[in-house]
Amino acid sequence: MTTVATQIKLTPEHNARPGASVRSRLQDALPKIVLAPSFAITIVFVYGFILWTVYLSFTNSKTFPSYAITGSRAYQRLWRWTFESDPPSSWYTSITNMGIFGFLYIFICLALGLFLAILLDQKIRGEGVLRPIYLYPMALSFIVTGVAWKWFLDPGLGLEQTLHQWGWTSFHFDWIKNKDFVIYTVVIAGVWQASGFIMAMFLAGLRGIDGEIMKAAQIDGATTFQLYRRIVIPLLRPVFLSAFIVLAHLAIKSYDLVVALTSGGPGGSAWLPSNFMYEYTFKRNEMAVGSASAVIMLMTITAIIVPYLYSELRERPR
Amino acid sequence: MSVIATPARQSTGGVSARTVNRIVIYGLLALFALFYLMPLFVMLVTSFKTMDEIQNGNMLALPQAPTFEPWLKAWGETCVGLTCAGIKGYFWNSIKMVIPAVLISTLLGALNGYVLTKWRFRGHTLVFGLMLFACFIPFQSVLLPMATILGSLGRFGVTLRNATGLSFGLGNPTVNLVFVHVVYGLGFTTLFFRNYYEAFPTELVKAAQVDGASFFQIFRRIMLPNSMPIFVVTVIYQFTNIWNDFLFASAYAGTGDAMPMTVALNNVVNTSTGVVEYNVNMAAAMIAALPTLLVYVVAGRYFVRGLMAGAVKG
Repeated sequence: MTTVATQIKLTPEHNARPGASVRSRLQDALPKIVLAPSFAITIVFVYGFILWTVYLSFTNSKTFPSYAITGSRAYQRLWRWTFESDPPSSWYTSITNMGIFGFLYIFICLALGLFLAILLDQKIRGEGVLRPIYLYPMALSFIVTGVAWKWFLDPGLGLEQTLHQWGWTSFHFDWIKNKDFVIYTVVIAGVWQASGFIMAMFLAGLRGIDGEIMKAAQIDGATTFQLYRRIVIPLLRPVFLSAFIVLAHLAIKSYDLVVALTSGGPGGSAWLPSNFMYEYTFKRNEMAVGSASAVIMLMTITAIIVPYLYSELRERPR
Repeated sequence: MSVIATPARQSTGGVSARTVNRIVIYGLLALFALFYLMPLFVMLVTSFKTMDEIQNGNMLALPQAPTFEPWLKAWGETCVGLTCAGIKGYFWNSIKMVIPAVLISTLLGALNGYVLTKWRFRGHTLVFGLMLFACFIPFQSVLLPMATILGSLGRFGVTLRNATGLSFGLGNPTVNLVFVHVVYGLGFTTLFFRNYYEAFPTELVKAAQVDGASFFQIFRRIMLPNSMPIFVVTVIYQFTNIWNDFLFASAYAGTGDAMPMTVALNNVVNTSTGVVEYNVNMAAAMIAALPTLLVYVVAGRYFVRGLMAGAVKG
C-alpha cells in the first residue's frame, strides 16, 4: 500500500524531464496492466460463465442451448424429483448420496486424521517413513484410486475371494455391486485418499502448540485423555475449520471417483449431483436441468465458502 | 509436544504400562500403514502377473513368474475405445498438455502475487477475493458455457485454416485443455504467490524503487531469485492437479486421439469387449500414476506444503 504512495511522490521528479511523463504514467499503471488479463479472465470465464449457466437453467435447452427464457421449469422438476423416493428419481438418489457421502467422508477423514496425527505425535521412531505412506494417495488421480479399489472390492477378485481362499468361506462383501451400499464404497475409497492429508494438517497444528501449556497441564495432574480433550483439541479449532472447508469442497466436487470406481453404480445408484449434472447435460440431452443442478451445487459451496473467505480476508487489517 | 512419550519424570507409571502403550501405538500405526499401502501393493503385484495366475491365485500373493508383458501391452497394444495402440499416445497427450499449462499458470500467478502484495491499489482485496473464490467453484457450473465457447472457437479455427492454412491452435483439444487449466488454475497459483510474497520484506522493494528500478526489474532481480521454494510448490501442485484432472479432460477431449491419460485409462478399464485383462488394466493404472508418484517421492515435502497452502487461506 505504501509502495503506491512512494511511487506517486516520485512522479514529479520524472515529470521534470520532458517526454518522461507518459512513460512514468505507464509505469504507474503497469501493475494494474499486468494483473488485468488474469482478472478479466476470472471475471469472464468464472463469473460470466456462472451467470450463463444460471441463464441456461431458466430456458428449456435440451441437446443444444436455447436462449428463450421459459421460466423455472427445470427447478420445478428438480424440486418434484427431490421427493420422489419410491422408485427413487436420479436426483433423489444423487442428493441422498451426497448427504451420506458428504457426512461420512468429512466425519471419518477428520476423526481418522486427528487420531493418526495424535498417534504420530508420540515421538514415534520411523515417523519419516510412516507419514509419506499415509499421505501418498493424495498424489494419485481419482481414476487410479477408483481402478485400484474397484479391483480390491470386487467380490469375484478382491477381498472376498482372498478371504474365501484363506478359508473364511462365509465372508460376503459385495457392496460395490449392491445399489443400496455402493455409495459406501465411494466413502471408503475417498477416505483412503484424503485422510492422510487431513492427518498432515492436524500434525502441523499439533506441532504448533506451545509445549509449555502441555507441561503445565501435566503438572496439574491432567491425564493424557483429559489433556487432549480439554486443551489440545480446542486449540486445534482453526485446523478443524480449514480441514472441514477442504473436505467439504472436495466432497461436493467429487465426480471422477464415482465414475472410475462404480461407473455410476447399478442403475445410477452411486451418482452424486456432479454425476447427475454431467449425465443430464451431456448424455440425456436435458441441458436446462443439468444447468439447474449445477447452480444448486454452486449455491451449496458458496454458502460454505463465502463466509469462510470473508472472515479470512478480513482478519488481517493491512 | 508429545505427551504419552514423556512420562520419564513421573516414573511411578511403571515400565510395563508404558511398554504396552508403545506397542499399541506402533501396532495401530502399522495397521494403518497396511491400509494405505494395500491398494497400491495389489495393483503393483497384479500388473506383474499372468492372467492365469490372477484367475487361480491369491490377490495378495507375489507373482510367481513375474512378467513385464502386461506393462508392455498397456503401453503399446491395449485398446482404448476402438484404437488398439496402447496408452503411450495418451501419456504424451497429457505431457503436452501439462507442461505449458503449468508454466503459464505459474508465471501468471507469480506476477499476480507480486502485484497484489507489493503494488497494492484500492480494492486489491476484492480482486484477490474474487480470484480466490474461483478455486472453490464446482466446475460443473462453468462446464457448459466453456464447451460452447470452445466449440465456436473450433469452428472459427476451421474457417481460419481454410482461409490462411493455419488454425493457430483453435479447435485443437490439447490447446483447449491448456487454456482451460490455465484459466481455472489461476486462483490457486495467485493464492500461493500472494501468500509467499506477503511475507517478503517490502523495504527491499521500496529501496529498489528509490534507486530507480522499474516494475519488471524489481520482479526479475529481487522477487524471482527469492521465489524458488514457492515456484517448486506451485509447479508440483499444478502438475498434480492438471495431470489428475478428469472432468475437463472428459468433457473437452473425451473421445479421439487427443484424450489425456486419465480419460484413456478410464476407457481401458471400462471397455467391455472381450476378456478383461486385469493385469494390463493395473499396469495402465500404474503408468498413469507414475508421474505424480515420482514427483511425490522426489519432492514430497514441497507437495505437502502446496496442499497446506491451498488449505490455509488469507
